[in-house]
Formats: sequence, C-alpha cells, structure tokens
Amino acid sequence: MKMNSVSHKLLAILTTLLVVGTAAAADLKIGVVSPMTGATATFGQENTNGIKLAYEKFKKGPGKKFDLIIEDDKSEAIESTNATRKLLSVDKVSAMIGAPTSSLALASAPIVQEAKIPFITPTATNVKVTQVGDYITRACFTDDFQGVVMAKFAVNTLKKTKGLVLIENTSDYSKGLAKAFTDEFTKLGGKMVSTEELTYAAKDTDFQSLLRKVKRANPDFVFVPGYYVEVGLMLKQARALGINVPFLGGDGWDSPKLFEIAGEAVKGSFISNHFAPDDKSPVVQNFVKEYEKAYGSKPGSFAALGYDSLGILVDAIKRAKSSKPADIRAALVATKGYQGITGTITFDKDRNPTKSAVVLEATPSGYVFHSRVNP
Amino acid sequence: MTQNTIYFFWDCLQYLINGIAQGSLYAIVALGYTMVYGIIRLVNFAHGEFLMLGAFCGYFALKFHLPMPVAIIASMLGAGIVALIVERMIYRPIRNEGRIPALITAIGASLFFQYTGQLVFGADPKTVPPVFKEVLYTFGEVNVSNIQVFIFGLTLLILLFLWWLTHYTKIGVAMRATSFNLKAAELMGINTNKIIAFTFFLGASLAGLAGILMGYTMSVEPMMGMSLGLKAFVAAVVGGIGVIPGAALGGFILGIAENMVAGLYKSSFRDGVSFFILIIILLIKPSGILGKNVKEKV
Amino acid sequence: MDYYLQILTNVGIFITLTLSLNLINGYCGQFSLGHAGFWGVGAYASAVYGVYFALPIDPALNMAIALSIGFVAAALCGLLIGIPCLRLKGDYLAIATIGFSEILRIIIMNTESIGGPRGFTNIPRWSNSWWVWGIALAVTLFMLNLKRSAHGRAIISIREDEIAAETMGVNLFRYKLFSFIVGAGIAGMAGSLVAHDQQFLHPNNFSFMWSVCILVMVILGGQGSVSGSIVGAVILTILPEILKLIGSNVSTWRVSIYAALMIILMLTRPQGIFGPHELFEKKRLKGVA
Repeated sequence: MKMNSVSHKLLAILTTLLVVGTAAAADLKIGVVSPMTGATATFGQENTNGIKLAYEKFKKGPGKKFDLIIEDDKSEAIESTNATRKLLSVDKVSAMIGAPTSSLALASAPIVQEAKIPFITPTATNVKVTQVGDYITRACFTDDFQGVVMAKFAVNTLKKTKGLVLIENTSDYSKGLAKAFTDEFTKLGGKMVSTEELTYAAKDTDFQSLLRKVKRANPDFVFVPGYYVEVGLMLKQARALGINVPFLGGDGWDSPKLFEIAGEAVKGSFISNHFAPDDKSPVVQNFVKEYEKAYGSKPGSFAALGYDSLGILVDAIKRAKSSKPADIRAALVATKGYQGITGTITFDKDRNPTKSAVVLEATPSGYVFHSRVNP
Repeated sequence: MTQNTIYFFWDCLQYLINGIAQGSLYAIVALGYTMVYGIIRLVNFAHGEFLMLGAFCGYFALKFHLPMPVAIIASMLGAGIVALIVERMIYRPIRNEGRIPALITAIGASLFFQYTGQLVFGADPKTVPPVFKEVLYTFGEVNVSNIQVFIFGLTLLILLFLWWLTHYTKIGVAMRATSFNLKAAELMGINTNKIIAFTFFLGASLAGLAGILMGYTMSVEPMMGMSLGLKAFVAAVVGGIGVIPGAALGGFILGIAENMVAGLYKSSFRDGVSFFILIIILLIKPSGILGKNVKEKV
Repeated sequence: MDYYLQILTNVGIFITLTLSLNLINGYCGQFSLGHAGFWGVGAYASAVYGVYFALPIDPALNMAIALSIGFVAAALCGLLIGIPCLRLKGDYLAIATIGFSEILRIIIMNTESIGGPRGFTNIPRWSNSWWVWGIALAVTLFMLNLKRSAHGRAIISIREDEIAAETMGVNLFRYKLFSFIVGAGIAGMAGSLVAHDQQFLHPNNFSFMWSVCILVMVILGGQGSVSGSIVGAVILTILPEILKLIGSNVSTWRVSIYAALMIILMLTRPQGIFGPHELFEKKRLKGVA
C-alpha cells in the first residue's frame, strides 16, 4: 500500500510538472525551411541569421508565445519537400517561412498550400511562387518590379539611353530581371546597342570574351542582373579593359563581398535593393547594429528580408489573436502598412508586397543610399 | 575582310589564351588524380576536397598577413597532410577489398568534407586579400594577365619536376614500379605503403596549390572542389588516366574547348562540351589520348 | 502523418531505383555512375505528358500512361547510351555514364519549355503510396525471378567472368544491353513516380551526386542481392530523417554524420550488408548467387 501511495505521489508530481511544462511552452510554432548546406547555403545561412535575430527580438514582445524550428533542405528540392512535410506533420507548425531561392520555394509551396498553412518566403522573387495558391506570400518585391525600377532610373535619372544587358543564363532570376528591364527600357525610349544576347554562366571566372563585345558595342551603361561573385570579377576585368561606363544591377549584387572582390572597380555602379544599410531611420540602424553585434558582419538583403518575414508573421499572429492557421492567413494577407527594415509593406491581392525599392550607389567604402523609388 | 571577321580571329586567339590559362589549373588538379589512379587504380573522389582544404589553409595564412609564398606552401602542406591522414585511416584498410568499396569510401570522404566544411567555415565565398597586382598586357586586341602567365609557367615547371622525379630519383622509380605491378614491386623490396602515401601527398599538395591559385583568382568556399574536381577528373581520363603528360594534355584540351564554346556560343554549354569530348574520346580510344591499351589476359 | 507517408513513399521510390541499378551493377557487373540521368529522363518525360498532353481521364489511367512514358523514354536513352558505351569496361564505362547523365542534365537546364533552371512546376499529382509500393513490389518480384531464371544466370555469369561466359555461349552484348535498357527503364518509372508525387522537378535533382547516392545504396546492401538493395535503400533513406527527428542540432550535421557512417560501414563490411546473398535463401541457390 505504501508503495502505491508513493507512486501516486510521484505520478501527481509528474502530472503537475507536465501541466506546468505545457503551460510554459509556446502557444504555436513557426517553421523555417532554408538551405543551410549545399549549393545555395550562402543565401540560406544569411537568411536564417536574420530570422534568428528577429526571433530574439519578437519572442519577448506582447502577444502569443511561439517557437522557431529551422530545417535544412540541403539546397535540394526533394529535401525541401521532406523538410516541409516534417514541419507540417511532426512539429505541427502554424505558419512557415519558406526557402530564399525561388526553385526551393516552388518545391515546398504546393505542399503548404494543400495543408492550408500560411507561408511567407523572404527572397523568392520569381512571379510564379505566389501564384501557387492563396496561402503563399512573400516579403520581397518581384523581379518584374525591380527591372522596371532600374529601367526608369537609367532613363530618367542617369539620362542614358544606349544600354546593354548581360544575362546569367543559368539563373531564372537573371533572365526574369533582364526581360522586365528590357521591356520597360525600350518603352521609355531607350535602345539596346547589341542585338546579340550576351550571356554568361554561374561560376564563370573569366569575362574577357564577353567584355570585348561590350567594349565594341560602346554602350552608355551596362545592366547586369547577376550575383555578386561573378559581378565582382566582371567589374574588375571591365575596368582593366578600359570600360568606364556605369554598371547597374539588382539585389543580387548586395553583399559586402562584392567590394572585397572588385575593390575600386565597383565605383560608379548603381543597384536596386530592398533596403539601405545607411538608412538613417532608427529601425534600420538598430537592426544593422544588432546584426553586426551578433554575427560580426554587415547584413545584406537576405538577412533583412529574413528579419522582416518573421516580423510580418508575428504582426499577423498578433492581429489574428488566434493560433489557427486560417486566421493567421487572413491576417497575413491583410497586412497593411507594416513598418519593416525593408520599407512599409502592404500586400496586394496577389499577396505580393507593394513597397518601395531603394537605389544604392556603390562607393569603395560600401553602398550609399541614392534615392527611393515608389511602386 | 570585314571588321567582324577580323574581330572573330582576335576573339579566337583570346579564347585560346584564356583556355590555356584555365587548362593549366585543370592540368595541375588532374595530375593528382592521375598519379593516384596510376598507382592504386582508385578514382579518388575526395581529391577536389583536398583542393578545397588546401585553399582554406592558404586563405587563413593570407588572412594572418603571411606573404604569398608562405600561403602557397601552407596550402600544399595542408592538403598533403589531410591526404596522408585520409589515406592512412580509410583508404589503406580497404585497399585489398576491391575497387568499389574504395570508391564508396572516397565518395563518403568527399561528402564529409564538403558538408562539414559548409558548417565549420560557413558557406559564403571568401575572398582572398589581393597580394600582388594584376597587370594586363595588351597585344593588338588580345589581353594577357600576369597571373595567367604565372599559372601557365608554374604548370610547365610542375610537369618538368614530375618528369625529373619519376625518371631520375629513387622514389620516382619506385613509384613507377608500384604503378606497374604492386605485388612485384613489393617483392623487389619496395615499401609500397610508403610509396602510395607519398603519391597521395604529392597529388594532394598539387591540388592544394591549384586551390589557392583558384581561390586567388575567384574565391574560396567549401563546395569549390566539387565541380573543379569532376572537371579535372574528366581531363585526366581524356588525356589517358595514369599517364602524367596525359593529364596535362587533357587539362589543356578541356580548358581551350570550354573557352571556345563559352566565347563563341553560350557559357551554359561550357560543362556540356567537356563531357561531350570525354565521350568521344572514350568511344574512339577508351584508354585516353596518351593511354596505353591493356590487353585482357585469359 | 503526411511526413511519415512521404518518407514511406520516398523509401518505395528508392527501392525501385536501387533495384534497377542493382540489375546493371550487381547482376551484370557493369559499373554505371549515371543512373540519376535515366531517373531524370523518366521524370521529365512523364511530367511533359502530365503538363502538356494529359488526357481528360481518370488520374489512375493517366498515371499508368505516365509510367509507361517514363519507362519507354528512359529505356530509349539506355539503348542510345548503351550501344556505344557497353564496349567500355570498368571505370571507363562508369566515366562515360557520368558524362552522358551530365549532358542530359545540361540539356534539361537549357530547355525553357520544361522550366530550365527554375524547375518544372504544376505537374499534376497522380501518384500516391499505392502506386509507389505497387511498383516497388512488382520490381522486387521481377528481380527475384530474373535472378533464378536462365537469363538471369547468364547475366550473372557476365559479372563473374566475361571471357568464361562468352566461351560458354552467353551473348555478352545482348545481355549487357538487356540489363542496361531494363535497368534504365525501371529508373525511368521511378522518375515518373517522383514527378507526379512531388509535383515539381529541378534539373539538379538528377545530378551526379544522386547517381552516387543510388550506387551507395546498392553497394551498402550488397551487390547482386535483392534483399540487400531493399535494405540499403531503406536504411539510407530513413537514416537522414531519423537524424532530423532527433533534434535540430543533429539535423544540421546529418550529411556529415551520414558520410561518416557510410565510411565506417564500408570499412567494417566492404562486401555490403548481405554480400551477394539473399535474406531467405534456399541452400541450393548458394552456389549460383
């Protein structure tokens, strides 16, 4: 009998502990799928750094308590679906932050849509991503918008009408941006000086053959919608060949690495971007300071948009006053005037944010804010 | 001739020069593949990772403001030592178990270094601080950089060194003997374990050298060995795997062909052309351009 | 539940893939390192059917058509590649197959109408775990029966000694080509299952690393062993997921752990878990296997 009462007591204690334990636990979970290893890990790691920073900030705030669960997708589509399903059915997350590249986001989006869980991708700029369904949103503007911004900038601000585009033809991002740019540029009266499509591939290191063609075509400016590693090498080689016209680019250029690779050569280039690290607003300055303190380097767009993705979600959860996915989704797509690092965010009916882009000028000491372009 | 035709010929000349420079890098990496294959018939899939680890050693050396020659030595030693450890710990125990288990272990080692590297070093590409200035020499419409000349010269020096090593030194002769017949070499009193370890060290240190050179012209990242390794391997096969001059020849052929295709057509077919050449060569002469035909004995 | 079902489905797909490579690699002894290429061809071919030519009929019928398209497309590729390549031996054949599968991948990468570098989207979801496990079971039975048949023994004799087999009257080329085509075709069916299960395809899913993954499953289980292939596929598909479930710290390191385990397993048991043997083997078969 004694034994029995002891075990009863033990059971009672255990139950209390369990109850206390669950009471202290989070109200809901937010899942993150991001490439921490594999080919695109460099984007994924920066992206998650931003998300983690946001978690530290928002978990203490008012509203519902939540847990963050990060899964690695190895930069592979099959892994991405596995990880997504794991988050949905094992961890039972109520909302998800998707992969930063369009290909990986496209792999997990249909599953999330089917499970009816609100989903936000930080940096998948491809138009197709949000077309998957009404639970899929994004924190960044699309390729189309960015192309238009830069075309307007070239014609209206720089007053240059003889252009040339260099495309990374292994990347959908580059192709999409190039098309949007070319369409708007010709509409505004600009002219492409080469009829030949000039392309390069990811991981190319030598651009001399391409740049020779650029030099002969003699444009007023060159638009390169690519990523910073190739662009950095390209800029260096272009200046060495005596091509001194301005180079324009998109958010793929946004990394301090560009300056390490290209050095002086980056001077006189302009890019469109999601945020300006030298923006004087306290929100941005706080973010930059905290990020530098936590990770020892300056944040790029991937970090900023990762930060904003979680911010937007938390804001939606707060407004939803519920941890039901459907309620969060309703609040999420109704996001209006959210003040993030990357501007004031309002979702349009296709669940793409309407927000302003910034044009940054590259100086040897880093990017400086040049102007803001509203949609 | 119209202006465009003249440009075309200038362009071809430029692609040729760029191809030779790039081919030099392939050649240096391919030499390591070929030497290891020649001696134990193992396709060492982890060779690209030796290259990556060597590049990181050089990168850290330069980060600590050591001079370039020291960084190069650090890369070569670093890659070589890793290769020695890998050889001793995981290749030697299963050397006699047939080729496929050895191959799988090599793949395992390759995966291990890639993914562990991404988590330890971070996946972002690291730029090597510029130590010497790039200078372009212009001849007519053609540009040659001092780095290109340096890499090409270095490759020739390495080839010369390897030729001397394999023909005029005791260890080199022992290497050739081991490659010719491992058992017989052992019976002749050669310590084949030592020779194999030395070959690994030599091959990997060449990979380390290529790694820091590549890191210098581009960037250093944990996945850098994968594509370069595969390409160098193709080069070794095209030239004749197991044959030292063959690796160099294969490297140059691939480098030139890739640059020609990328320049004159599209760079997304750059990798395609390497594999295309590979298949053509394999179908015409499976043992590679300079390879020896081995008759099958009953 | 979805997650476990997905893993179960993946296991089934990888069993099919491993068995198909086991035919080429384990039974016939031909060293192929380009198997993911056939997988990809099957996947893309049946996805093209699903996206552009799907008939307005029952999904099950459509799935059957997609499977046959996947099989035929991959088998044709196997034929195309097999005729020239099968003259090569050992490592050289392996290298040639790498070359072909990479070329296939680059072609897909450069074809805009099937998604190019973005990936192929909007593939109808016709597959389910019944299809996947049905195919896996059918292929298992086929492989077991083949191993016991006269043809199967002829194929295995090629692995043991080509010259001896030829002297005994085995038509080397025909049997090699047979195993190559059928192996490729079955991989193509697995591709079709993936396409209509994942609803999304990316060229990098069929890269060299995946060929290696499938090969590792075959070798780890034991070359030539049907039970080995199945066990190899099961272990290597589930292992990373178990590491994932342990916790996020372990999860990030799972590929490193996986690679280390792969090395350790090879060091301790180089012939694979089963060697060439089966799980339930009748005594008289021992000599053959």
